[in-house]
Amino acid sequence: MSKDKKPSGAAGKVTGFFKWLGADLADIGTTFTKGDWKTKVSFLIMGFGPLMRKQFLRGAAFLLLEIAFIYYMAAFGIGYLKDITTLGTSGRGFNPDGTVSYGDNSFLILLFGVLSIILILLFLYVWRLNVYQNKIGEQMLREGKKLPSSKQDFMSLLDENFDKTLMALPMLGVFLFVMLPIIFMICVAFTNYDANHQAPAKLFTWVGFSNFANLFSFGSTGFGKTFVSVLIWTLVWAFFATFLNYFLGMAVAILINKKGIKFKKLWRTILVMTIAVPQFVSLLYVGKMFAADGLINGYLMKWGLISSAIPFWENATLARILVIIINLWVGIPYVMLICTGLLMNIPEDLYESAKIDGANPIQMFIKITLPYMLFVTGPFLLTQFTGNLNNFNVIFLLTTGKPQSMNLTGGAGYTDLLVTWLYKMTLDQTDYKMAAVIGIMVFIVTAVISLVVYNVLPSVKDEEGFQ
Amino acid sequence: MAKEPKVHMQHKKLSNAIAYVVLILISIIWLFPFVCLVLQSFRSYILESGGMVNYLLPKTFSLDSYKFLFSKDCQFFRWYGNTFIIAFFVTIFQTIFILSVSYALSRMRFKGRELLMRLWLVLGMFPGFLSMICLYFLLKEFGLTQEGAIPGLILIGFASSGMGYYVCKGYFDTIPKSLDEAARIDGANRAQVFTIMLIPLSKPIIIYTALVAFMAPWCDYIFASYVAFGYSDSYNVAVALRRWVWTNDYQGYFTRFCAGGVLVAIPITILFMCLQKYYVEGVTGGAVKG
Repeated sequence: MSKDKKPSGAAGKVTGFFKWLGADLADIGTTFTKGDWKTKVSFLIMGFGPLMRKQFLRGAAFLLLEIAFIYYMAAFGIGYLKDITTLGTSGRGFNPDGTVSYGDNSFLILLFGVLSIILILLFLYVWRLNVYQNKIGEQMLREGKKLPSSKQDFMSLLDENFDKTLMALPMLGVFLFVMLPIIFMICVAFTNYDANHQAPAKLFTWVGFSNFANLFSFGSTGFGKTFVSVLIWTLVWAFFATFLNYFLGMAVAILINKKGIKFKKLWRTILVMTIAVPQFVSLLYVGKMFAADGLINGYLMKWGLISSAIPFWENATLARILVIIINLWVGIPYVMLICTGLLMNIPEDLYESAKIDGANPIQMFIKITLPYMLFVTGPFLLTQFTGNLNNFNVIFLLTTGKPQSMNLTGGAGYTDLLVTWLYKMTLDQTDYKMAAVIGIMVFIVTAVISLVVYNVLPSVKDEEGFQ
Repeated sequence: MAKEPKVHMQHKKLSNAIAYVVLILISIIWLFPFVCLVLQSFRSYILESGGMVNYLLPKTFSLDSYKFLFSKDCQFFRWYGNTFIIAFFVTIFQTIFILSVSYALSRMRFKGRELLMRLWLVLGMFPGFLSMICLYFLLKEFGLTQEGAIPGLILIGFASSGMGYYVCKGYFDTIPKSLDEAARIDGANRAQVFTIMLIPLSKPIIIYTALVAFMAPWCDYIFASYVAFGYSDSYNVAVALRRWVWTNDYQGYFTRFCAGGVLVAIPITILFMCLQKYYVEGVTGGAVKG
């Protein structure tokens, strides 16, 4: 057997899946043919077997799930599911007698269609569990063992099955509030759902990949130019926002940690103010300070340093530089807090011996501090980077993506990140299809960067190093 | 060491002096906006102007803006109450969710555990507002928008919080499993191990989790503005005050925004400063473990 070469890669996974599926189906078959009448009935009426075997809790749970599923499918599911290939055919209009006919609602068809498909898959899984339960129950009785009673089943939810109790609600929450909406929006990316096709008044329908084609079309109406420009700015922003914050934050931490500096706690507390004060207060205020009629321009003009207001937020380059600088104000304290603890972990004798060898502080920083910090904070830098790619608050509260330009489509401005653009696309432009496409792009960018960085991170490769 | 050369000593004094100067400069830069905010909130609306001006110190000290916030035609305290209610309930439910998920993932090995963690990681890479419209319509189906925005926002706030288990699970991982096993040998079941033993040991991480959960709704603009759309009774402070600055005639409302900002910032800042120790512990632990 060991001579068999295992098929590798994706092809191997596919064949593996079919092998598993075949075995699983065969198992279902033998459970049916070899099972007693209780098991056979359970194939149709879930939980029948356990109920007859006096496992009332399990049996009732299965039965209730089946009833709920059938009720849902009969009452809603089927109606929406049958329209999912077209997303509705009759729009809102008037009946011959003059009353309004509401027609189909593409939005709800898509939403409940997706939900129904997922529920069918889940139901199949539960049904499989039900078959398995019957098989095990029969087997145990045949071997003369006692089946767990309902009370034991219930108690197990607090002990060996405690994970199910704990995870049930959080998983339901993630499913309903994250997973379902994301699957729905991925579907929207392949439809023409936008301001001209707003449910419920109008229908929208599947359009294939044309939205993606639009994103990469560089004509005058296409999104190509704007997308590239916003994407590049997003990456540039994330790079500076992450690494400038990181190095300057570390520098501040080192400065405060310096021997002979007093009131360490005071300095830290002052910096931490920016974390404590809600961002919408501090960032909105700071944004206004730099406005044309704001404090900074006001004082500069009063002192005669400039004759007309500096267009901090009106000039694209100035605005971009300024958001990065203001982000330092937000981000340095955070990095400082993290670095402070870590810096103290570096063994003091490393520095002592370096000093004896005649190293100056800069050499010591490059040779000892920096490698250690980069090693330890590698994962932190990665999460910071991906977090900055999606740093909605700083950009939105400071500039709302402005200055706007006629050169950019889709209402984008020069400081817009992909996420703020996505937000505008959803709210101001109601161009849901393109918003969905951009959302998928954000995901791709985040996932690619995370995967690449994760695979080169030293702290992942070599967990033992530096310990 | 006492006989260090004089040049060396002077060098050290100089470098310390430079460090102090830099630190003082940093402190000024960091505190400047907050000082401005407080000073401008005391500018008189009647004698001077409620808008933006090119000077810092108000010419006359007045409480006009604060009086406005407390007056009957201003809903500021309704918004304040809304935000507090949201923050309070989100804190409770989110902490329970995160603790539950962290315990299950840290202590128990169940089928599909790895798959679940990977799936959540991938889901986390999608931008949150992608699902905004979908969530809005979902909430609308249940009447949880506009008038019902407060429960709706609470639900959005904590429903998916299980995904943020990383820091807390990392902490649980550091508590030795032998403690669990000892308790289990003594006859405790998993639920008892969790509630009686582990939770009291996890005070710092619980405080951290709760603090982070409590602070988030005070900054939530995106979902709050969307879910409460156009229904001012359901606004939270972020939505309301941002409207004062951007869409309303901000020339009149700027000092009022400052005053409102001060009133929001003071309790949050005090709370944060008191629990700072736990926050630092949480972020440092989370950063290192990733």
